[in-house]
Amino acid sequence: MIMKQLLVFVRKEWYHIWRDRRTLLILIGMPIIQIVLYGFALTNEVKNSNIAVLDAAQDASSIPLVQEIAASRYFHLLRYIHSPRDIEGVFRKGKIRMAIVIPRDFRNDLLHTNHAQVQLIADASDPNTANTLTNYAVAIINTYQSSLNVDQSLPYSIHTQLRMLYNPELKGAYNFVPGVMAMVLMLVCAMMTSISIVKEKEMGTMEVILVSPLKPFRIVIAKTIPYLLISFVNIVTILLLSVYALDVPIAGSLVLLVAESLLFTGLSLSIGILISNSTRSQQTAMFTSMMSLFLPTLIFSGFLFPVENMPVPLQVIANVVPAKWYFIIVKDVMIKGAGFEAVWKETLVLAGMMTVLLGISIRNFKIRLT
Amino acid sequence: MRTLRFLLQKELRQMRRDPAIWRILFLMPVIQLLILPLAADYEVKNINLSVTDHDRSVYSQLLVRKVIASGYFRLTDYSPGFGTALRAVERDKADLILEIPPRWDRDLIKDGSATLFIAVNAINGVKAGLGAAYLQGIIQDYNAEVRAKWLAPARMNPQPVIEVQYSDWFNPHMNYRFFMVPGILVMLLTMIGSSFASNNIVREIELGTIEQINVSPIRKVHFILGKLIPFWLLSMLILTVGLILARVVFGIVPLGHYATIYLFAGVYLLSILGLGLLMSTYAQTQQQSMLVSFFITMIFNLMSGLYTPVESMPEWGQWIARLTPVSYFIQVMRMVVLKGSGVADIVPHILAVLGFAVVFNGWAILNYKKRRG
Repeated sequence: MIMKQLLVFVRKEWYHIWRDRRTLLILIGMPIIQIVLYGFALTNEVKNSNIAVLDAAQDASSIPLVQEIAASRYFHLLRYIHSPRDIEGVFRKGKIRMAIVIPRDFRNDLLHTNHAQVQLIADASDPNTANTLTNYAVAIINTYQSSLNVDQSLPYSIHTQLRMLYNPELKGAYNFVPGVMAMVLMLVCAMMTSISIVKEKEMGTMEVILVSPLKPFRIVIAKTIPYLLISFVNIVTILLLSVYALDVPIAGSLVLLVAESLLFTGLSLSIGILISNSTRSQQTAMFTSMMSLFLPTLIFSGFLFPVENMPVPLQVIANVVPAKWYFIIVKDVMIKGAGFEAVWKETLVLAGMMTVLLGISIRNFKIRLT
Repeated sequence: MRTLRFLLQKELRQMRRDPAIWRILFLMPVIQLLILPLAADYEVKNINLSVTDHDRSVYSQLLVRKVIASGYFRLTDYSPGFGTALRAVERDKADLILEIPPRWDRDLIKDGSATLFIAVNAINGVKAGLGAAYLQGIIQDYNAEVRAKWLAPARMNPQPVIEVQYSDWFNPHMNYRFFMVPGILVMLLTMIGSSFASNNIVREIELGTIEQINVSPIRKVHFILGKLIPFWLLSMLILTVGLILARVVFGIVPLGHYATIYLFAGVYLLSILGLGLLMSTYAQTQQQSMLVSFFITMIFNLMSGLYTPVESMPEWGQWIARLTPVSYFIQVMRMVVLKGSGVADIVPHILAVLGFAVVFNGWAILNYKKRRG
């Protein structure tokens, strides 16, 4: 009997969603577009950076060096400049990231004094890119230099063998797939649920629902179920895309991953209910969700910005953001292939948060509108 | 002209009488501008290092000390074996493992070459790449020192050497905030401007007040202008607050002129508010318009070059970036603030954004219909 009543309400809610095709399309399409953008367009990897070269030597040693640099995939030789005075102007127009200056008599210095100089000027307004570009350029110059003296090797050399664990190609995908999952689930569950409940208040239809024989809290549960379904679809879409389109394998157990995702979904839904309890207009619900969910998820989950770099107060704040814990879990299970024993603590934190939030919203749920 | 004046009066009065909007409009950007730059710190530091030293010689100790002294690394532990160190990485206690094999110093002295093993947790690609590069750089330095100490000082270098000098212009202290704060300010301005503008007309539709405007002799151009101008003024005010905060809190003083920033912002806001109004003429409910504007700002956010360089994107991604007005403002803001670019340097950017403004506003005027159904 109760089940049947519940199903009727779920069906009603489903009609609401189904008839607003534009919203539904965005809800289903959002994770796809995010994954595509993050996976194929956004990368911190530096490549094709525009450079300018001031080659005052133009001799048999400097020309091959410039060719080596221009041929690498990191640099794109935009133009030659002919006077040191022009360097700043080119930077100011925002055209180049780095300028390479080769002084006059480069070959002469190299052959006769065995000591020549190259100057690299990086646009350090973006510090990391500047650092990376400088490192790449130095490496290319070093290779060029050792190609000059092949037959001799330097004595007392320390070699390094580098191994990139878990993500040998340094793909950004390993970091953002968990992040996108956290963000999308938060958005669909918490934001959409809260807006849809508040909408009934604003439109006055809540009155009709509250006088129905169904227990008030069951009504809210009924409202969340369709969104639960949509988020499940989203989880499946993201996982399929990441495995088949981005080649990010699921190293750990799929069952564990889905179970943890459902736990996080439940937590997001309870946050949504809590927000809807305390707001009256859609606009407020929207902005509250954005301020208290979306931005913290973006900032503190650790997928855009490393949490350990933040000042201590912010690190403390990060602990109350659910997405941070979910992000750790997904990263451990999906990418490192860890089992439940590695993530039980984080799971416990999420479960605890959910119990507390659900408890608060059940206690505060108002049957009367005023 | 008189009609426009009355419309402006109406909009400003409506705004003034809604205190909730003021709270959101000013509090939100202020809080975000204070918190985001602190969090959005891509500077790689405090890399947790686990050292496995099988050698335990004077030279390996010296190397480790040199690595720690660089300031980029934090020694978490000396692991007895690689397995222990790997477990530390799995538990996120360490980011990087430096393994010094047994008899390392003897190999170096007798055989003239020795190998070190580095393993990096590469899930976060940027951190891994930079961390490994720093560590290798330090090891190279150490190598050069050792070589200089052990080799008899040659009167002349036996081999040709190219010395690389590098200088970092425009941000010599490599302060990440100087790079992020101008960009974040642009992002906030865009989010607020477009979401409020997009919500505005739909709100009048949902509340029914649009009917009164539809039956009055107000022309479509006047209606759109009447919406545009108040938001434009408001956004300029928010920009001013943001610039003051950037200066007072983060000490960011533009190298170029404030006037250049305002000139560009004025044109830019016309385009972004026009986009908001355009979305508004298409939506039927507030929920829809909010979700659509949220969706579009998200794409703007990602493709604007705020977090990742635009040149690294594939060709189609760069085209999307070129079609998002935000990317131009972020570029201009960084150019003016950090490099001191003047109006002459940003003419192409201004023209591009002006084009967006004409298209979006024109489209919005065409699409706004007084008749319904």
